Amino acid sequence: MNLIHYRKPERSVWSPFDRLTTLQQEMNRLFEGTFGEGPSNLFGGWNPALDVYQDKDNVTVVVELPGLNKDEIDISIHEGALSISGERKQEAEKDDAETFRSERFFGRFQRSVHLPSAVDHDKVTASYKDGVLTVVLPKSEEAKPRQITVSAS
Amino acid sequence: MSTSTVTSQESGPETADRRLYTAPLVTIRRNGDATTVFLDLPGVDAAGLDISIEEDRLTVTGRKAARSQNGEPVYTEIRDLDYRRVFELAPSIDTTRIGANLKDGVLTLTLPKAEKLKPRKIAVS
Repeated sequence: MNLIHYRKPERSVWSPFDRLTTLQQEMNRLFEGTFGEGPSNLFGGWNPALDVYQDKDNVTVVVELPGLNKDEIDISIHEGALSISGERKQEAEKDDAETFRSERFFGRFQRSVHLPSAVDHDKVTASYKDGVLTVVLPKSEEAKPRQITVSAS
Repeated sequence: MSTSTVTSQESGPETADRRLYTAPLVTIRRNGDATTVFLDLPGVDAAGLDISIEEDRLTVTGRKAARSQNGEPVYTEIRDLDYRRVFELAPSIDTTRIGANLKDGVLTLTLPKAEKLKPRKIAVS
């Protein structure tokens, strides 16, 4: 799978659909403002935004998980898929607190991604900083690119 | 229900200084005399955070720390945009005593009510 950042197409000067495009952009703006980043589930779930990178040695998975305790994040690998799950708890407040605006997600979440390469399960490391989880998965030796020398016969 | 002392001015991506920003998700709560605003700012550290007050507008700008080189992107959802959100503050908020705390990508702003607006008893001498 390959997902590339959406870029706004150049708008031609005389297009009769200009206004329509603007309206559509306004609608997108509206929804982006309400539901935030990443593909969110409209029915109450939380799908934290996630990136996958790879170079010749490692596969790196980055997940935006603001406000979590690192002990509350579960990471597992099963059959070539990485799963990250946990629960985000709302900040404790007194009973008489009134909420005026509530856009942030709380509760359980789970994200799974298929890893683009075989990885060495024993060498996986994870770090959590500024609300961002980074999982580094070293590729297994068999998955690394290798140079094959041609022997003279 | 009483009205909020803090209202979100703008939401959705917006431009300022010709940069494109994304609006962080917020929770606004009032607990007695204090209003608390929580903002999700994953990827922002204290050095990248800017909070400013001008008249009755409080602006929060969060710059994401430079993305480390992790190799070629295979799949990306995280938007490489900085955060910006503007709040309008009610005159009852004491802007000189606003507290801010950033932890694990969540900014907590504490906005106390001005002392002079709290109910007081006046002793008769």
